[in-house]
Amino acid sequence: MKINLKIQRFNPETDTEPRFQEYSVEIDPNARLLDALMQVKRFQDGSLGFRKSCAHGVCGSDAMRINGKDGLACKTLVKDLATGDGDTITVEPLRYLPVQRDLIVDQSDFFRKYRLIKPYLINDDPVEAGERIQSQEERMVFDDTTNCILCASCYSACPVLGENTAFLGPAAISQAYRFLADTRDQGFAERQPALDDPDGVWPCQNHFKCTKACPRSILITKRINQVKRMLDKAREAESE
Amino acid sequence: MIHQFDTVIVGSGGSGLYAALEASQRSRTAVVSKLYPIRSHTGAAQGGISAALGNTEEDKPEWHAFDTVKGGDYLVDQGAANILAEEAVQAVYDLENRGLPFNRTPEGRIDQRRFGGHTRNFGEAPVRRACYAADRTGHMILQTLYQQCIKNDVAFFDEFQVVDLAMNGDSCQGVVAVELATGEVHIFAAKAVLFATGGFGRMFKVTSNAYANTGDGPAVCARRGIPLEDMEFFQFHPTGIMGLGILITEAVRGEGGILRNRDGERFMERYSPTLLDLAPRDIVARSMLTEVRAGKGIRGDRKIDDYLHLDATHLGKEVLLAKLPDITSFCNTYLGIDPAETPIPVLPTAHYAMGGIPTDVYGRVVRDGQDTVVPGLYAAGECACVSVHGANRLGTNSLLDLVVFGRRAGQHIGDYVKQADAPQLSEAAADPAREWMARLTEGTSEHHGGHISDEMQTVMMEKVGIYRNAADMQTAVDAMQQLRERYRAVRIQDTGKQFNTDLLELIELGNLLDLSLITAASAANRTESRGAHSREDFPERDDDQWLKHTLAYLEGDTVRIDYKPVDTSIWEPKPRTY
Ligand SMILES: Cc1cc2nc3c(=O)[nH]c(=O)nc-3n(C[C@H](O)[C@H](O)[C@H](O)COP(=O)(O)OP(=O)(O)OC[C@H]3O[C@@H](n4cnc5c(N)ncnc54)[C@H](O)[C@@H]3O)c2cc1C
Ligand code: SF4
Ligand code: FES
Repeated sequence: MKINLKIQRFNPETDTEPRFQEYSVEIDPNARLLDALMQVKRFQDGSLGFRKSCAHGVCGSDAMRINGKDGLACKTLVKDLATGDGDTITVEPLRYLPVQRDLIVDQSDFFRKYRLIKPYLINDDPVEAGERIQSQEERMVFDDTTNCILCASCYSACPVLGENTAFLGPAAISQAYRFLADTRDQGFAERQPALDDPDGVWPCQNHFKCTKACPRSILITKRINQVKRMLDKAREAESE
Repeated sequence: MIHQFDTVIVGSGGSGLYAALEASQRSRTAVVSKLYPIRSHTGAAQGGISAALGNTEEDKPEWHAFDTVKGGDYLVDQGAANILAEEAVQAVYDLENRGLPFNRTPEGRIDQRRFGGHTRNFGEAPVRRACYAADRTGHMILQTLYQQCIKNDVAFFDEFQVVDLAMNGDSCQGVVAVELATGEVHIFAAKAVLFATGGFGRMFKVTSNAYANTGDGPAVCARRGIPLEDMEFFQFHPTGIMGLGILITEAVRGEGGILRNRDGERFMERYSPTLLDLAPRDIVARSMLTEVRAGKGIRGDRKIDDYLHLDATHLGKEVLLAKLPDITSFCNTYLGIDPAETPIPVLPTAHYAMGGIPTDVYGRVVRDGQDTVVPGLYAAGECACVSVHGANRLGTNSLLDLVVFGRRAGQHIGDYVKQADAPQLSEAAADPAREWMARLTEGTSEHHGGHISDEMQTVMMEKVGIYRNAADMQTAVDAMQQLRERYRAVRIQDTGKQFNTDLLELIELGNLLDLSLITAASAANRTESRGAHSREDFPERDDDQWLKHTLAYLEGDTVRIDYKPVDTSIWEPKPRTY
């Protein structure tokens, strides 16, 4: 199938504004969008900039806006974007993160917010021997959140971030849940300040856009609401 | 720009991060990685990490060590295999204690499942030895280690691609790297450098490996006169998704999945009566190709890309969702099928490099058959060759290799840097790298790298694949020499400095070409069949001549071969049957 790739370009050394450039690519409809981008890069225009690595949706490198929706280029098939010859697929960088070049964005802010919630098991009790015991049921409570590949699709999909760039964002909060809901973790108090902050969990208005965008099927909005409830409970306990 | 550290770790997959956690406690450590740490390919590992915990049935490290040696067709260094199996148990507990969410048994302990070549009592029957977190065990290891690095404030230089080593005579003094964001060349002077740059499956057309798996560490070493060990042994994993090469973990078979040919026959019964579908990978991959060549593939046309079926339909939706959710999702996304209802079309995919930078059991790089250490240089993980995998790696032993030998290297570095002097480097250390990049950048482009890369991958796949013979391998050696010649005329199209991925990818292609040449030459040289190296013209293992490691030195356009003894101090080599 012959498709048109309409790609947002920006070279900080020569451009003042982003612009669009179109490429015509002959591609198998079952191929990934990433395959089409690679074809451009390897055979038409080596200057096209984007990140990629695993090519099957597990490393989080190639999140971008694809026909206006956030997702991974390697987990999106051409046939789901174009139905016939001459169809156009529009590709843009993620939103709310500064564009560094073409489809490459600066993820510093995203990772800074991730670090704010102390994304590691907090438990200083010594383990006597072997493993800590945890039932499979306890383990499954936070199972979906352990899927996160930190691709930032949810971040770009979130309408709240469009108005308040200081908002912690969906990924960081769902990763906070990953630890708060782990029976082995004791880090609630340490994480509370970052979460229970005007820019912490509270700006979330349940748009569900993050949940829809997440390529790893994480129930992000639900997890955010659960964190909100944990914080409410802690406040109640404090005031009692 | 020149940076000064005690320790520089190149690569932030499982091995690099584990070493960093150890080394950073005792020395000023920088982790330099061309990818953001959590993008590393360790995150793609699915099935599990082995350790004889004995949580679901009796198991012993000794059985694990033996399986590793036999699985590697006796080319494994047995002392190293013992260390791997012994230290496995605590290594897995450490990961759990640091937060890794393993699947659990009904008693709340780490759950374990079967994997190829792992047996009870020296080969009696399959044993449950693989500890796992659904089918994203590598993802969870990578996340857990990265999280621990955040907790311990490890210093990261993300998206810095190492392109050269700084050597002073025989000792290592640091590395030279290009920063993606700026295009600047950075020199990292260090008392100790650890390469943990992962695999290089991208030299083959069909692979489970990431775009980033281009073998940069081994290639840089090879160009600096350090030999590469056992490069002829490259593992083809039996079950890649047809056409795409995306991996379908062996855990599917560990949970009961069955390989079938076009008659619906469970053909592994004929090839491996005891272990069946859970025979080691080299054996299963060869059996599959033999079926295809006999016209028993699903299409039946005997063509090299004919495929077989991996049948998981009898496992039931629940097992698939609880234990193999990602596999289910890959099948759904890329094939439009539900593995609970439809068999998965599979064929072998280039997967794992048994060979690599030769090291001792402390991760120290050695430069010859006498184990002469290169002062200040270490390697760990898939880019290294200890050798615990010999001629064929068992599934789940690589993730284990990362944590056991990543940690051992990190600890050894912690001691080493205390007594080593800080090297003094000037900007001149980066001159060779600058020259290389200037050559790729200057002048107008004659042609781009895309076609060269395509040809390299096709030749390697067809001529240095699962079955090999002298003529094919010689064709591959010649082809690689020509492609390296053509590579010298390649010019980049991107003239910018910032985020010049064009330049960095061409450098990676140069690395792959060097490693392809070394692999083809090492393979052509070994006139026997052992593990993953299977020759039609020399079908038998030949211990009299070939029970030795290959050391391949890249010398200009040619490869010089030398050897290194194998440690067989525990088990006498025996014929390998399953
Ligand atoms: C799909 C798949 C499934 C697998 N499943 C299993 C399994 O279930 N069990 C098992 O035991 N093994 C498995 N393996 C094998 C195992 O995952 C790998 O061998 C292992 O993860 C490699 O880890 P590593 O730390 O050596 O390298 P990687 O995780 O690949 O990391 C390499 C690092 O080096 C960096 N790097 C590379 N080049 C440069 C450079 N020039 N400059 C700077 N940095 C650089 C990269 O950025 C990256 O951080 C699997 C492999 C694949 C491909
Ligand atoms: S929650 Fe989902 S969309 Fe958001 S970063 Fe994680 S994997 Fe990506
Ligand atoms: S390239 Fe890894 S997620 Fe797409």
